[in-house]
Amino acid sequence: MTIEATIPNFATGVRLREDKVRGGWVVLAPERVFVPDEHAIAILQLVDGRRTVGGIVDALAAKFDAARDLIATDVIAMLQDLTVKGAIRL
Amino acid sequence: MTPPPLGMLAELTHRCPLQCPYCANPLEMDRASAELDTASWQRVMTEAAELGVLQVHFSGGEPTIRRDLLTLLAHARDLQLYSNLITSGVTLTADSVAALRDAGLDHVQLSFQDSQSAGGDHIGGLQGGHARKLTAARLIREAGFPLTANFVVHRQNLARLPDMIALGEAMGAGRIEIAHVQYYGWGLLNRDALLPMPDQIDRADAVVAEARQRLSGHLVIDYVTPDYYAARPKSCMGGWGRQFMNITPSGRVLPGHAAETLTDLTFPSVRDASLAQIWQTDPAFERYRGTDWMAEPCRSCNRREIDWGGCRCQAFALTGDAAATDPACALSPDHAVMAAAMAAPRSDDFTYRRIGGAPAAVTPP
Ligand code: SF4
Ligand code: SF4
Repeated sequence: MTIEATIPNFATGVRLREDKVRGGWVVLAPERVFVPDEHAIAILQLVDGRRTVGGIVDALAAKFDAARDLIATDVIAMLQDLTVKGAIRL
Repeated sequence: MTPPPLGMLAELTHRCPLQCPYCANPLEMDRASAELDTASWQRVMTEAAELGVLQVHFSGGEPTIRRDLLTLLAHARDLQLYSNLITSGVTLTADSVAALRDAGLDHVQLSFQDSQSAGGDHIGGLQGGHARKLTAARLIREAGFPLTANFVVHRQNLARLPDMIALGEAMGAGRIEIAHVQYYGWGLLNRDALLPMPDQIDRADAVVAEARQRLSGHLVIDYVTPDYYAARPKSCMGGWGRQFMNITPSGRVLPGHAAETLTDLTFPSVRDASLAQIWQTDPAFERYRGTDWMAEPCRSCNRREIDWGGCRCQAFALTGDAAATDPACALSPDHAVMAAAMAAPRSDDFTYRRIGGAPAAVTPP
């Protein structure tokens, strides 16, 4: 299975939520809080346990009207990084 | 304006079926009749969420003893607060774990006293306790919760550190927390029975380093070399009044769970003020916030915003001055007390944590 066909999801016990008090979004995990940057937030908001990596890339390419392969490189790198940190399961 | 706290420790009750001699609860514990009621805890959580708290750690004593735990968890979920249950596990059943799941609990931290029954039941003071914890671990994992296994280590169980890590792995924990006893309150009372020997600490550091490498990317191990053996102190709670607040069963608001040992400070209560007022303006929270209160050597030290001068409770317990540099720091004029404690004769006897169990007058060693 290519990476674009996999369905990313948040690891058990990890969730994304808006932080209205500080402004922005946070990823809450066991004993940890991650503060993702804007790019990461745009990607993580599309992680819903149904969309594939390819689906996320399509949605972002449409939203930002950008070249699909550039977006794909970014999305895959970001998701792989968050997988190593234990926040995402690919 | 002081940035808002990230986390809140909600000590729902001091009641607990166990009696660990290093319990972080104060020597003078709150009785059940003094505990906040359900509505007060709900209000406190609402105020915490509005203030900016993101994670709530339900703790105790044993938090599952509170009959309204599920109501409080559901309230936390409604507020989008991340909830963590810190439990000894001995009260849990398949049904109660399922109910925790349904109430929206996010994560469980299960505490162990040892890797095996003999040591675990002895330290916890509850016959059959260790076996019940093993069952709890299985139920928690079967319900799909992420699990942190917490092991408190000291002279009488450090030899089994490799077994503890193996046990954490076997039960499917995502994190293993190896916490040295902290020596104030009950821990200080029992220091001669619990303080590790230097060679034990060296071995523990090596065991953890090896396990971390082996389990990297698969399981996280949280471990910090203990203060009595370090040259620089740890940052305590990320700094006084910077990231964290602790609510006691009766509603006192503290910058850290042992802060009530600082007998010259009066801590505010949720019964008298809102959490926002307390966090922003209470004099006890202001007292050791930031760096203005520091004297030398901290005042001009380049680590002052890294460790914030160490732990105020440890400074007070060991020097009698809460504004002193934490004696764990080699730059502290009182640093020799740490080495003296390490060199002191040891005993295996300890005083169990019981309501009313502390000697009438506790003289700091
Ligand atoms: S440390 Fe032991 S006695 Fe204290 S609350 Fe935890 S399980 Fe109970
Ligand atoms: S002198 Fe103070 S600030 Fe510097 S390392 Fe020691 S405790 Fe930390």
